[in-house]
Amino acid sequence: MKLTLHVWRQKNSTAPGQFVRYEANDVNEHMSFLEMLDVVNEELILKGEEPIAFDHDCREGICGTCGSMVNGLAHGGHKGATLCQLHMRFFKDGDEVWLEPWRARAFPVIRDLVVDRGALDRIVVSGGFVSVPTGSAPDGNAVAVPKPDADRAMDAAACIGCGACVAACPNAAVALFLGAKITHLGSLPQGQPERMDRALKMVAQASREVFGYCTNIGECEAACPKEIKLDVIAQMNRDFLRASLTQGPEAEQVAG
Amino acid sequence: MQLDSKVPSGPIETRWQRRKFELKLVNPANKRKYTVIVVGSGLAGAAGAASLAELGYNVNCFCYQDSPRRAHSIAAQGGINAAKNYQNDGDSVYRLFYDTVKGGDFRARESNVYRLAEVSGNIIDQCVAQGVPFAREYGGVLANRSFGGAQVSRTFYARGQTGQQLLLGAYHALQRQVAAGGVRMFPRTEMLDLVVAGGRARGIVTRDMVTGKLETHAADAVVLATGGYGNVFYLSTMAKGCNATAIWRAYKRGALFANPCYTQIHPTCIPVTGEYQSKLTLMSESLRNDGRIWVPKTKGDKRSPDAIPEPDRDYFLERRYPSFGNLAPRDISSRAAKVVCDEGLGVGESGLGVYLDFAEPIRRLGRKTITERYGNLFDMYALITGEDPYRVPMRIFPAMHYTMGGLWVDYHLMSSIPGLFVAGEANFSDHGANRLGASALMQGLADGYFVLPYAMGDYLAQTKFDKIDSAHADFREAQAGVESKIKRLLAAKGKRTVDSFHRELGKILWDNCGMARNARGLELALAKIPELREEYWKNVIVPGANEEFNQSLEKAGRVADFFELAELMCLDALERDESCGGHFREEYQTGEGEAQRDDENFSHVAAWEYQGDGHRPARYTEPLIFEYVKPAQRSYK
Repeated sequence: MKLTLHVWRQKNSTAPGQFVRYEANDVNEHMSFLEMLDVVNEELILKGEEPIAFDHDCREGICGTCGSMVNGLAHGGHKGATLCQLHMRFFKDGDEVWLEPWRARAFPVIRDLVVDRGALDRIVVSGGFVSVPTGSAPDGNAVAVPKPDADRAMDAAACIGCGACVAACPNAAVALFLGAKITHLGSLPQGQPERMDRALKMVAQASREVFGYCTNIGECEAACPKEIKLDVIAQMNRDFLRASLTQGPEAEQVAG
Repeated sequence: MQLDSKVPSGPIETRWQRRKFELKLVNPANKRKYTVIVVGSGLAGAAGAASLAELGYNVNCFCYQDSPRRAHSIAAQGGINAAKNYQNDGDSVYRLFYDTVKGGDFRARESNVYRLAEVSGNIIDQCVAQGVPFAREYGGVLANRSFGGAQVSRTFYARGQTGQQLLLGAYHALQRQVAAGGVRMFPRTEMLDLVVAGGRARGIVTRDMVTGKLETHAADAVVLATGGYGNVFYLSTMAKGCNATAIWRAYKRGALFANPCYTQIHPTCIPVTGEYQSKLTLMSESLRNDGRIWVPKTKGDKRSPDAIPEPDRDYFLERRYPSFGNLAPRDISSRAAKVVCDEGLGVGESGLGVYLDFAEPIRRLGRKTITERYGNLFDMYALITGEDPYRVPMRIFPAMHYTMGGLWVDYHLMSSIPGLFVAGEANFSDHGANRLGASALMQGLADGYFVLPYAMGDYLAQTKFDKIDSAHADFREAQAGVESKIKRLLAAKGKRTVDSFHRELGKILWDNCGMARNARGLELALAKIPELREEYWKNVIVPGANEEFNQSLEKAGRVADFFELAELMCLDALERDESCGGHFREEYQTGEGEAQRDDENFSHVAAWEYQGDGHRPARYTEPLIFEYVKPAQRSYK
């Protein structure tokens, strides 16, 4: 099949960007979306042009590196799939495809479709962990974890940190990512000692980055390739509120 | 050269304990005076960097990804082994040790493997404490499942994404140290050379992948935890960015490269569909717990799989290996699939595939149970192939997956360059000639959490360091070398893309140094690779400049190193006149087509030393001594 691509090209974070039109003439239905871009890039290189820069790594939907807006939808809008897992059989001959980088002030463009998601790492640095130095762990079965809790933690822990939730949100809020981490650790006995502190610190860090506020629109849930549910945001709000009330003035300081 | 493995003597059960006591310690107040570089942020790198920083060392950690959480350890699906014996089914440290030595076809060091089994339990404890959401039973205890090459249930898992969950645990520990100021993280930064000064590893040269800026970093010790070199084949289950540049540069600076020909082909991957294919997707080995592997008995049987009745099917693994059946180890299962495909019995358009069928287990256990066990893997398969594995058998084919070879290290994980440590898949490690499923995660974390912190202290405490910085001549020389290589690549301005060369190199290797090898093929590859490499340097196109985000340039440098490594792999495979584990030389097989080892002449590690471009590298050997597990022909029948 043949496709027409309109791809956002931007040389670096300060240069102006624009859509550039490309024809993808030799697209096979078994290709992944990124393989289709590979083929376009090989042609560009042979023509002496610079290939389209896009982030990718594992190409099996787990590393969270890839991701672009495809026709306005994060990862192309296929349920439960990252861009690398989207296959060309979902397109048809003659389709026009608009490709843009994640749109959020908190994710500055590095080049073309590549953005800087360092803000997500900084949120985790602020407190998204259990403080347990190597060597100080009790036996794995010393603390029983009820299966529903373990499953709930696992559902939230499935987040791959790709940033699609932010890109899909009209407010560019990071609530789903935050909620997933807070719910993952907060559902397990091991995460309890720091649970309140974690919610305060992570929310505070998120507000220091330039993310927007969550207004419960739900675009994030629809876009999430790991199908993380909106209830993690409710969990985050609950923990944050409880922490703000119980931890007194100290909490206010942390949360700004 | 005499290779000193520094393996302790005495009863194997006490070796690591005694060695830990003998190792020198660094005074807590002095630890902050030392700086350690860790390259790579996967299981071994992140665990090592976090653990070293917790002890008080200053750690600079580098990764090529945009975040340390994305290292390719994340892709491991099935699980992690540990000798916990929670199932009361007869497991023990000794049995895990035994299975691993046997699984590796008696080509690993006993002492290393024993230590790995010994700390396996601590790894699970550590990960649970970090909040890794392992699968649990209803009573709240940890769940286990079985995996290839073992008859006990010792594999811990977190749905189909154990690697991601373990890596997030290590990443959390790492980020906690970033917050505490113990670790400085350098994402999107690629190591392009090692700096050896005064005979010791003292730093690295890096390229900032956003700006192109080259920099040198000085330290008291360097840890390479940069993963395996499977992408030399172009098509593999590795992430696209995985590369061998860090270990290859270290090799060219004098670190010995051990057993480069030991590569693992994973039996259950989604088959290739066309030339544009950029990578191969693994379907977890855990599927073999229930799925049954078969091909039609007659050539050219084009009936749809459900129309082929039982008597016309050949469940070749169950037939050839009745006691392990579909759970035979990876090397054996892959080869068995290759044999039936070579006989023309393969399925799918290309004929390069076998069925992995769930019809019988779905009937027996119900669809719900199968969904619980493998739901996400089934979804992934359906997404990629457009076929529903609940109704139609999956088609699978072996693919390049893991490299057991790597930089030679002693018992302390130190390479032949003092101060250069190598951890995880990057070292030649504990898996011998074949790795068992769910053991890579175990080894990466064992190295990072429980070996490096001890070994590092001993090295630092024993060494007197000259003060050194980036102005030192050895640093300037290394940086100049990197600059000139980049300039050369950009200046070639030829007519072929980097990928087209890489694909051709991969094909040469897959055909001649893949699942089965023979002397003629290896000699052919050794003639073809240098020719292609020569063309590469003349005829490659690398668009753009160094001073920008330039993915073509990144790839071009990596592929240049792959060319050299590919040659060493073939050389090693040619020299090893035996079959063992993943190294199957067609000339050396039993009447039944099983690998025929030659313990008299090859019960050793082969470690190669670089002798300069255009010169044949030197081959040294480290004899392998088996005091506990008696080498025998591996039998899974």
